[in-house]
Amino acid sequence: MNALKKPKKDENVAQAGEGCCGGPAPEGVAACCVKDAEAKAIGEEGCGCGTAPVQASTPPSACCAPPPKDPPLSEERKPCWSPASDFKPRATRVSSDLTLSDRLKHLRCRLGAYRMSYSVAPGLYAVGEPTKTSDVFVSANYGMSFDHLRKALKGTDSWILVLDTKGINVWCAAGKGTFGTAELVERMNSVRLAETVSHRRIILPQLGAPGVAAHAVKEKTGFRVYYGPVRAEEIKQYVEAGYKATKEMRTVGFSFSDRLVLTPMEINPAIKIYLLYALAILIIFGLSPSGISFREAFTNGLPFLILGLAAIFSGALFTPLFLGHIPFRAFSVKGLLTGLVSTLIVSRPLGIASMSPLLQGAVFLFFPALSSYIAVQFTGSTVFTGLSGVKRELKYAIPAYMAAAALTLLLVGAYKLKEWGLA
Amino acid sequence: MKYLLNVTTLTHSPDKCTGCARCAEVCPRGVFEINAKKARITDKDLCMECGACAKNCAFGAITVNAGVGCASAVINGMLSGAEPSCDCGNDTGACC
Repeated sequence: MNALKKPKKDENVAQAGEGCCGGPAPEGVAACCVKDAEAKAIGEEGCGCGTAPVQASTPPSACCAPPPKDPPLSEERKPCWSPASDFKPRATRVSSDLTLSDRLKHLRCRLGAYRMSYSVAPGLYAVGEPTKTSDVFVSANYGMSFDHLRKALKGTDSWILVLDTKGINVWCAAGKGTFGTAELVERMNSVRLAETVSHRRIILPQLGAPGVAAHAVKEKTGFRVYYGPVRAEEIKQYVEAGYKATKEMRTVGFSFSDRLVLTPMEINPAIKIYLLYALAILIIFGLSPSGISFREAFTNGLPFLILGLAAIFSGALFTPLFLGHIPFRAFSVKGLLTGLVSTLIVSRPLGIASMSPLLQGAVFLFFPALSSYIAVQFTGSTVFTGLSGVKRELKYAIPAYMAAAALTLLLVGAYKLKEWGLA
Repeated sequence: MKYLLNVTTLTHSPDKCTGCARCAEVCPRGVFEINAKKARITDKDLCMECGACAKNCAFGAITVNAGVGCASAVINGMLSGAEPSCDCGNDTGACC
């Protein structure tokens, strides 16, 4: 597909029959066009075309008067629909093919901080050769949201309206309200959507619904909001079915691969903190009354460095991946279980069983709790955890984590005192 | 998959409901079904309190204490004493 093809001439010229000023009137309203309907709604005469005869004394209003026969049409005296037909939509053309570079950007988004800077400019975009009757799809200005949409629209002639969501995806932006009624209405006005298309329907991603009140949009713009399917790749099916989504298209899935792609963002932050943890472990085990011994630090500290990694992977990778198979509903309990199992498995070859009981106690207290704490963070990435549930489990989990951390410090402290012969 | 049971704050008043079916359209968890021109909650425990239904109900028939079900958001809120808020908007953005 040629992304930079020139628009066909006159494709966007309004047809008088479609409604002369601002598009056709809303259904069920006795008016010829949107301007007429608006005028009538506030008790004015309206522009007069298409409905009851205009009073003879009223001079034809500028908007919808029939084109005068004499003098002949000139640039100055155009027929009533001229204001709309003069309007050329200002849209940026985009391809619906994703390049290798686009895909690399997606990978970088999945892995780290690049996600915070991958955004597109808000405004109107054109896929294919959209006309006045083409559908309008709304997206967030996070690059990945926009890319998924334009790819899904391959082979269609469509408009894409990109809202300013500060580079955040649809779901999160809707939760915060940046993908919201106010921004949508403002953006529709600033790109002059009512003049760009002659119909009055706008298709939003279903996951934008927490931020947008469809009835308020209708009231403010005359456009009816249609919520499309959850997944962009089902958009064509949705349109072909007459703007109807099946129940399956309306519900969010959370498959193994859906969860897998989210895990790097669980592991990465934990690894950053792990470096601090590693430093602390080396200091604790290297510290002796005569100073710091690097050999002691490394040989005695190594098992705990490995246990720490195991806890991170059990909380940030295994718990998310096998979420549905791990017993109990609370994520803190799931993470505690995987943490216990991973600690048991790893501690055997590390010879933890032959260590001081004080250290053994600390190991089986601290690492499962760490895994649990990391697992709880995944509630932010799932598609089925609600605020009330997270609050409920944290009410118990947070005090438990604090107790586990305090006890661990006590046990390790007691162990060191004993080692130094002070207790 | 279902999360904790009996915690959701979702309510629906059939008296105000007109059966317009917007709630069923927007719910990503399939909580609502339309029966005899009224919406009905099928399984409350499926709700994740995203707030889409309440926001799109023109008749005020649905209430829910909407918010992000995100532990780091709740912990942030506890620490700052404010409402839970995830830091998706700024540089730390590790949440969603």
